[in-house]
Formats: sequence, structure tokens, C-alpha cells
Amino acid sequence: MPTLFQQIQAGKVWDFHGGIHPPSRKERTNQKPVALLDIPDRLYIPLRQHIGVAGKVLVKVGDRVLKGQALTQADNAMAVPVHAPTSGMVLAIELHTSTHPSSLAEPTLVLAPDGMDEWRPRKPLDPEQVDIYTLLERIQESGISGMGGAGFPTHIKVNVKQPVDYLIINAVECEPYITADDMLMQERASDIIAGIEILVKLLSPKAVLIGIEDDKPIAAASLKAAIGQRDNYFVREVPTKYPSGGEKQLIQLLTNKEVPAGRRPLDIGIVMQNVGTAFAIAQAVLDDIPLIHRVVTVAGETLAQQQNVLALIGTPISDLLNACGFQAEPQQRIIVGGPMMGFAIADWSVPVVKTTNCVLAPTENELGAASEEMDCIRCGACADACPASLLPQQLLWYSKAHDQDKLAEYNLSDCIECGACAYVCPSEIPLVHYYRVAKAEIRETQREALKAEQAKARFDARTERLEREKQERLERNQQLAAQRVAQQQASGQASQSAAAVQQALARTQQQSDQPLDKAQIIAERERKKAEALAYQQQKQQAQTATPAENTAPGTAEDPRKAAIAAALARAKAKKQAEAQPEAIEQPAPAETAASDTPDMDAKKAAVAAAIARAKAKKQAEAQPEAIEQPAPAETAASDIPDVNAKKAAVAAAIARAKAKKQAEAQPEAVEQPAPAETASSDTADMDAKKAAVAAAIARAKAKKLAEQAEAQQQTEVKATTQQAPSAEPQEPVAPPEQDAKKAAIAAAIARAKAKKQQNSEPL
Amino acid sequence: MSFKIASSPHQHIQKTTAQLMKLVAVAAVPGIAVQAYFFGYGVLIQLLLAIITALLCEAAVLALRGKKVKVKLLDHSALVTALLLAVAIPSYAPWWLVVIGTAFAIIVVKQLYGGLGNNLFNPAMAAYVLLLVSFPLPMTSWLPAAPLQQQSLGPADAVCTIFTNFSCSGYSISQLRQDADGISMATPLDTLKTDLSQGYTTEESMKKPVFGWLSGEGWFWVNLAYLAGGLFLLQQKVIQWRIPVAVLGSLFGFSFIAWLISPDTNASPLFQLFSGATMLAAFFIATDPVSASTTEKGRLVFGALIGGLAFVIRSYGGYPDAFAFAVMLANMTVPLIDYYTQPRTYGHKSKGAR
Amino acid sequence: MSIITALWALGILALVFGAALGYAAIRFKVDADPLVEQIDEILPQTQCGQCGYPGCRPYAEAIANGDDINKCPPGGDTTIKKLADLMGVEAKPLDAAQTPAIKRVAYIREDECIGCTKCIQACPVDAIVGASKQMHTVIIDECTGCDLCVEPCPVDCIDMVPLASSIERWKWDLNAIPVKVLES
Repeated sequence: MPTLFQQIQAGKVWDFHGGIHPPSRKERTNQKPVALLDIPDRLYIPLRQHIGVAGKVLVKVGDRVLKGQALTQADNAMAVPVHAPTSGMVLAIELHTSTHPSSLAEPTLVLAPDGMDEWRPRKPLDPEQVDIYTLLERIQESGISGMGGAGFPTHIKVNVKQPVDYLIINAVECEPYITADDMLMQERASDIIAGIEILVKLLSPKAVLIGIEDDKPIAAASLKAAIGQRDNYFVREVPTKYPSGGEKQLIQLLTNKEVPAGRRPLDIGIVMQNVGTAFAIAQAVLDDIPLIHRVVTVAGETLAQQQNVLALIGTPISDLLNACGFQAEPQQRIIVGGPMMGFAIADWSVPVVKTTNCVLAPTENELGAASEEMDCIRCGACADACPASLLPQQLLWYSKAHDQDKLAEYNLSDCIECGACAYVCPSEIPLVHYYRVAKAEIRETQREALKAEQAKARFDARTERLEREKQERLERNQQLAAQRVAQQQASGQASQSAAAVQQALARTQQQSDQPLDKAQIIAERERKKAEALAYQQQKQQAQTATPAENTAPGTAEDPRKAAIAAALARAKAKKQAEAQPEAIEQPAPAETAASDTPDMDAKKAAVAAAIARAKAKKQAEAQPEAIEQPAPAETAASDIPDVNAKKAAVAAAIARAKAKKQAEAQPEAVEQPAPAETASSDTADMDAKKAAVAAAIARAKAKKLAEQAEAQQQTEVKATTQQAPSAEPQEPVAPPEQDAKKAAIAAAIARAKAKKQQNSEPL
Repeated sequence: MSFKIASSPHQHIQKTTAQLMKLVAVAAVPGIAVQAYFFGYGVLIQLLLAIITALLCEAAVLALRGKKVKVKLLDHSALVTALLLAVAIPSYAPWWLVVIGTAFAIIVVKQLYGGLGNNLFNPAMAAYVLLLVSFPLPMTSWLPAAPLQQQSLGPADAVCTIFTNFSCSGYSISQLRQDADGISMATPLDTLKTDLSQGYTTEESMKKPVFGWLSGEGWFWVNLAYLAGGLFLLQQKVIQWRIPVAVLGSLFGFSFIAWLISPDTNASPLFQLFSGATMLAAFFIATDPVSASTTEKGRLVFGALIGGLAFVIRSYGGYPDAFAFAVMLANMTVPLIDYYTQPRTYGHKSKGAR
Repeated sequence: MSIITALWALGILALVFGAALGYAAIRFKVDADPLVEQIDEILPQTQCGQCGYPGCRPYAEAIANGDDINKCPPGGDTTIKKLADLMGVEAKPLDAAQTPAIKRVAYIREDECIGCTKCIQACPVDAIVGASKQMHTVIIDECTGCDLCVEPCPVDCIDMVPLASSIERWKWDLNAIPVKVLES
């Protein structure tokens, strides 16, 4: 019985379950040399083109970058940088449609090439001279990630601790149409072998197995020629069958081993790399050319020239197609990747990325779109074709039923999404699509379970904390009480130690201090009272006048006094309000006063505001006729240009709170929002923030009003609805400084308001 | 120009369900032709009746279920069901028999279970069983093969017999079945069963003219024709080899053992293979994908079960032919078979779902 | 005589079985009520209180004691189905009319926040950070979307916004992709 290694040496190739034989159509492109493209007008370089995280951006908009210059920096192990494919100017770093089935936008660097194609200084390495860490660093810095499929960072894959038996180079390229790797091998076989040698230095495997499908004789021959006399390099031609290029399938083909479920090939002593990746490694190390271009097969019968091109990373797909003479059909499908596993794109401005090996623009006749999905007849053709020996028809059944337990039982996670099942399905069921959806759902469920667990932990921690705090408070109170008792006892008794005496002294002092303070305060309060009384009298004489200035003139007075005065005024006002419900104007002046004093600091303003609010609340409760209040209050608040934003916000909040209360109290107050808004938007010098605040206020008011409206008579409701829209246009138009975004928000708010009101109308 | 979004794969093998069903129908043509030659034009009339009934019922139920009638009708699955039932019942059975059977097959067995792909039982066989237990006499009234018939029946006779129970010249079915001696003739399987129960040996029984060469006058050729059709289906990759091979293999195996043990009371394995509905069942009925097992091993088990059951029922059961019962019983076990014959998934040690 | 034998026999049997049952009861004793744990596992742990109980655990206990299983809007139909399976009862439609089909998280419009800390107190999972008079913000990863912070906000500056879709969490909803139409 020969050992596995002997069998491999003898050239034995095994087989895997299932597989299909779609028409390969590779002859269209595999005899033409790889074409070079002109540098496109714009390059869109997604910041993340691999599995992992994006690096840190190193350049700014407007910077000039040189060819090969790193645009991002890998700041952790799972990051690989991206590089400028040519010299030019960074136009923007923005969201751009991604080269991903979802077509979701992702951060992308837009580069305007300057046509000079000027290189940064290059530092080639000699792999014989440097250690493997330098090599690994170079591989990471050159932005190399797997170029065959998912784009896993190469420096992680080749940085291994375990012993490696076999380094498998995947040159199978089993998908129909694609010949990018084929052409690369035909043209650059020696570079690929150089790249493999670097990999061998990193991994020191027992043998290098190069798997290649037997429909690429030229490529296989050139590889063999490039290998020459090297020991333990084996080129193994595998029968043409899809998906023999799948990682697990190729491992089975070449070594008869299976990667255990949920494990990595490395666990069975195998590392697999794509030929394209090997080539990129050679370029990065030997010539210091980072991963800035790649061979892409551009094929499909809508193209005049079906060929392989060397495309710069970031080249929009549209440029590729147009360079090949693209004649679109009305319902054109553009597929990135091969016909079996590629994805259709919705926007052809998406760029070529590191994993893009093919762009297809087929005609309808060439690759017929799937016709209508029929019922599964359980014919089992899918199970026969499945390379993972799954039961796709069962998986379909459970996917439709969203039965995640059963899906796990039937090993959905082992599906490699090769599409063989959907290819053979006579009912044209998009099986793979169902599995992807189910997998995404499972991932989501897992994420949610994790989140629920975290939420539970946090909830428990919070409950515990609250409980603990409560307990602590209780204890503290008890302690304090005990202390008091002890102190009382101590003061009753004769002091026994010096410390006790001192303590007692200190206490007495404190106690004696306090009355002093109190006395002062009382005195001051008396004074204020007198002042306020005078002020009240004045006001009673002229009820409608705004006596704001009366208190404000005291600018020389220190702020503290002003605050106290305000407090006094409040107390009085409260009393008075209770006594005489006709006093309408009071709170407004109080606020005006508060905000008029420019040297008063923000805190004071807040305090005053709080006072005013409290007052307003009381008053509102007391006198439901007070209609005009909040409006002037706001006007005042926002009229003052030197009041800083914070103050404004506070005042606004107050006003809002007031409005809320008032609205609750007086259902007749219909006119409010309109003047309030007018006021807020009239102030031209008001900054954007204030505008937003005002909008929020208006909204709060509107919300309350809407709630009120429900309870009101129909006629009144109508009046309200009419007014709300009439107030709308003023908001966005009036303040010229207000930026567009705010305006939009305000508009949206107004709209929402109107909608709410309409909804609440019981018509 | 606008872009079209589709899910991968973007390429499909151009063999749809409708095409598969059509191929099955085409493959049955030689069998039907030979059957019509030996057992009269009645087969064709039954076929016509069954197809019309099936399509009408299918269309009606699909419309009631709010499905796209035209698309679903064109999958030709109702056609195949009708075809299988029509060739399974006696050629000159009264018209209502096939109508009731087809309607039951389509409405109850297929659509009430959820339509194509969801039925547990093979519709044609379930309907056949219903008819057999409900109307045993007309369902077993096979005419002897053409060379043995006393009266030769033309197309007009076939129509008359099916719709009025009497041929144009006024013979009833039982009269038509009589041989020269006025004894009503049964099918070879039936005859053998009766004779064996009366104490004759197989060899003695086999001397009767109804047996003709090997497995019954006419029946051998009918089976051979279906075998040819089945091989065509295999070659077209419409069906896989496992089920038919397992059915025939297990039937052959069981009957061979029985025959070795007691050649006097058991028919030869070859007789078993080429009599009754053996080939039709092995290639056309048991391979119905919907109600058969879907795993590779499961198909072998499923086929073997059918063959074994058919042998047991043929030898020891009350009914002469057994495939309808065998297929239905095996259908019932399919979920179990499927569960326990799951293939070992790549990268997993244990077999099947755990 | 025979009656006595029978009595003896029955008596001894009763003793033996009684001993066996008693031993089993001690040996295989189930410590806590695992049903509550199991129900709690199924509930989404948003701690939102929309079921009328102060958190998921109390609701789990209530279900174990026979309360309806259809009072959890954040869990939606999936949760109800699982609960129905667990409890062996019919799945009912959700009690509340509106099911939050899309995952949402709270978002504080920070310009408008006055720093009142009310939302911090309301949040059952401590997903809001901030101090008195300071702007607050929501830790999106921790937010369960329970809505509890929206109502207490005096200035209505908290919105429930749908969670932004990302490439990692994309659910292969191909029909949702906007298709670009170009002039040919």
C-alpha cells in the first residue's frame, strides 16, 4: 500500500462527488494576448477590497499621489492597504457603489489620474537575502489578498505556525468564460513560479501541487517549462469539471483529503493559493509593485472584442466594457465574476477590485435568464450534482420554511454556493439564492442571540447596580442618622478627647456660620423684595407695557444679585398670578431680563430660565387665557445675537417645555405655533443651530397641539390644520444663513406635523 | 439600457420539468403501441379519456387555488399521470372507471396534497389501488391477447364496449374474455395464482395457452417495449439507474431464491420480470421523482423495497398484480428512507443528519 | 390465608416501588424550573416592557405560569412560533397591531439634547451615555430598540431610526437593489 505522498508523487488524481459540465466557452479569450488599457479618467478605489477591515486613510482630498503609493495603512492584522494604481490627484473620499452583489455604497477613494504614471521609489527585495518577516511585511504592505475568490488577506494565510505538507496552487479556473489565470500562466509562468518559490520559503511544504484543468494544455506546459528541474513541484492536470477549482474540491482532487467541517485547510496541513496571488507576490517582492492591477477576462457576445485585459484596480466596469466594444441589449445583464458564481451589477460605474477576475456582458441568447421558478419535483438532480454531498432539495424545503434547526442539521453551512444545483434544476429554482438568504438569516439570528445575551447581561447589571445604589443610599442615610445621634450624644456629654473637642468646635462653628449666612440672605432677600415690590407696583400701573428694562438696567449689579432678583420676581409673580389671573405679560419680561444681561454667564441664564419655566407652568395652570406668552419669550431669546448657542438652546428648551405644559392646560391656544415659527425664522442672524432648535420647538408644540386637536371641536381642528401648513413655507425660506440640510429637516418636520394633524383629525 | 439583476448561477442546463415529462411520455409510446396491438384499441380510448379528464381536473383545481393555470398545465405532469393510469387499467374497462380514477389521482392524490412536488403517493398508483379495491371485477377484466381472442375487435367495437359495456356485435366483456371452450380467460399472473391455489404445479399451469412464450402471450412484448422506453429514458438521463435496477434486481433475486427452493410453486424469475406491469413499474412508475426517494442510497433501498413487496404480494397476496400496492407502500416509507440514507456531507465524519 | 399473601405481596410491591420512586425523585431532582430559563432564552431580551412586565425575565415567568405567548412585539412571529413549540400551544398572532418589521435603534439628535438624563434612566440596558447638562448619545451596538427612551424625552429629540444596512449584514434582497437606467 503506497503512502499518500507516494500516490501523489505517482501522479494520482482523485475525484469528488457531483459536479457539472457547463459549456466552458474559454476558447474565445484564451488565445489572445492580455491587452493593456488606457488609463481611465477616474479610478474608484474602495478602501476595503478584502475580507477584514479597511486600513487607515493616509491621504487627503487634493493630495497628489504617485503610482504605487499606499492610500491606506494597515493598522491591524486583518487590514491590508490599497494603493494608487497610477499617479494623480485624490478627488474625493466618498461613498460609491460597491463591487458587491448588494450594490450598497462603501467608502471609496476617487482618483483623477494625471496621465504621467509616475512611480514612487521602489525597493525590490531579494527573497534569498531577507527573513520571512520582511517578506510577510512586504506582502501585507503590498495589499495582497486572495485573488481567486473571497479575498482573504494573504499575509495571514501564509503566516503559519503549523507544519505544512502541501502547498496547493490553484490554477484550475473552472468557471466558464474565465481565462484570466490561464493567460497569466501562458504569459508569465516564470513569475508565477518565482512567487511560488517565495511561498515555499514562507511555508516550507513537503511538496507543491499545482492543480490545473486539462483544458489548459498551453498553460500547463508553460508552467512545467518554468518549473524545470525543481524538486517536488508537481503540475497535476485534473479533469475538466465544475467546481474543481473550489478550495475543498481541489484538495480532495489532489490529496484525497477532506477539510473537516468548520476547520481550515491548514488544519490538515494544506495551504492553497491562487496563481494570481502567487504572481502578485512575485511582483510585490521582486519588483516592489503592489497589487494595483490584475488580469480581467472581459467576455460576452455583446462585445466586439472578447479578451483579457490588464486593468488597474479601480477602473470602472463601464470603461472595461467600452474598451472592448460593448453593444448593450435593452435588458442587459452585466455579471462580475463567472456565470456560475458571479453577481449581476445594477450600476456599471462599480470598479474592478482585487477579486474581480471576469466581467461578462452576455446576450440573452447566450446565457438565458432563468425562466419562471416551478415547483420542486424532488428529482434529486441537485443532490447528484452537489460537490459537498448535500441534499439541496431538503435544504430548499427548510429554507422556505425558515427552519434554522433543520438547516443546520442538513449542513447548510457546508454549502459552497457553487451553483451546481441550481444549474441542473429542471424547475429552474434559484436554489443558491434561497441558501444565501437562509445563511444571512442564520447569521442575523446568531447575531441577535448574541445581542440578546449582551442585553440581558447589561439589564441584569443595571438592575443590580440600581439595587446596590438604593442599598447604599439607604446605608448612607442610616449612617448619617447614626452619626447625628452619636454627635448629639457627644455634644451632650463632656468631650473626652481633643479630637472630639475639635470636632465639636468645628461643628459649632459650622452651626454658627450657618445662621450668619442665613441672616445675610434674609437681609438681601428683604432688599430684593422691596425692589421687586416697587417693580410690581410699576407694572400694575401699566399692565400692558413690557417692563423688561426695569430689572435689566441693573447691569452694574453683580450677576448673583440679578439671579436672586429674578428668583424673587418669580416668587412674587407666582403669588400674583395666583391672586390676579389677568396678569398676562409677566414671565416673558422675566426671561427677557435674564437673557438681556450679556455678562451673565450661561449657568445663570439656565437658572433664570428654569425659574421662568416653573413660573410659566404655574401660571399656565392658573390662568388659561394667557395666550401670547411663549411667542414673545422666544422672540426675546433668539433676538439677542450675543447670547451664545447654548443659551439659546436652553431658552428654547424652556420655551418648549412651557409650550408643552401650556398646550396641555389651554386647549384654545390655537394660534401659537404660527407666530412662534415666524418669530424664530425672522431673525436673520440666527445661526443654523438655533433654527434647528426652533424647529424642534415648533414640532414639540405641534405635537402637543395635534394631541389636543383630537379632543377639540371639528371647526377648531380645521383652523389648526389650515394654520400649520401656512406656517411651513416660512421656515426654510426666511433665514438665509440656514443651510440646505437644516431647511430640508425643517421641511420634513413641518410635513410630518401636517401629516400628524391630518391623521388626528376625526373627520 | 437598463441593467437586469439576477441571482447566480446565470447559466442553466436547458432541460426543464416540462421537457422531462414530455420525454417520459415519448418513452412510453412503444409500450402503448404494443399494448394497443395485443389488447386492442381500447388502450388508446382510455388514454384519450384519461388525458382529457386529467387536464380538465388539473386546470379546474389550479384555477381554484389561484395558480397560473397555463404555466402549470404546461409542465405536463398531469399528462404523465393520466398516461400511466390509462395503460394500467384493462383496455375495455367502462369509461367511468378511468374518469373516476384520473379525477381522483389529480384532485385528491396530487392537488389536495399541495400540487406537483408535494404529493406523498404516486397519483396514478393511488388511483389504481382505489379502483382496484372499489371495482375489482372491471379492473381485472383483461381481455386475452389478440392472438387468443375469439372475436377480433375494431376501433368501433372498442368505443362501443367502453361506453356501453357491449361491443358493436353485442358481446359483453365477460363474453369477449371467453376462449374457444367458453372459459373466461384471465391474465397469466391471475391464471398462475388460481392454478397454484388449486394444487397445480407451475409447470402444469404454464402449459395453458394464455402463457404463450415465457411470460404470457402479448405480455412479454409489452414488457419488452416498456423496457426499451425505460432504456431510452436512462440514456436521456431523465431517470437514474438506481431505482429501476433495484426494483428489477430485488424482484429477480427474491423470485430466484423462491424458485430455487420450490420451482413447482413459484414462477421463474424471468417470468416475474416480463409479466404484468413489471417493466412499466420499474422504469415509469417507481421512478416518479416526486414520490420516490431522493438520496442515492435511498433510491436503491426504495427500489429494492418495491421489488420485494411486489414479489411477496404477487406470490402470497390476494391480488394478481402487485406493483400498485408495492409502490404505494414504498412511497409511505420514503421520508424514513430519506432520513436514514442521507449522504455523508463533505468534511463530516458521521453519515447523515445528526 | 391467600388474602393475606396477596396483601403481603401488594404491600411489599408498594414499598419497593415507593422506595424506587422516592430514590428517583431525589437522585434525578430538577433543581430550578428550567421552563422559565428556556422561555427566557427565546425572548429577545430587549427588556422593553411592552408585554406589560418589567423585563424579559418576568414575562418568561408569567408565560411559565400560563400567560399568553403573544405579547412580545420585538420578538415578532418568530418568537411566538418558538414559544408555541416550547409550550405546546397554538401560535397566536401578535397582540399588538404593529410589529416592528425593521430593526430600529434610538438616535439622539445631539444638537437638541438638553442633557436631562431622563433617557439614561429609562434605558433598560444602559445603552445611553451622558451626564447631567451634557449631551447624550446612544451606543448603537447596545441599543435593543425598545422605544423606552422616546417618551421620557422632554424635547422629543430621540428618534427610532432603522438600522443602516451594511454589506456584512445584507440579506440578499436582490429586488431592493435600485437598477440604473442609462441612455444607450
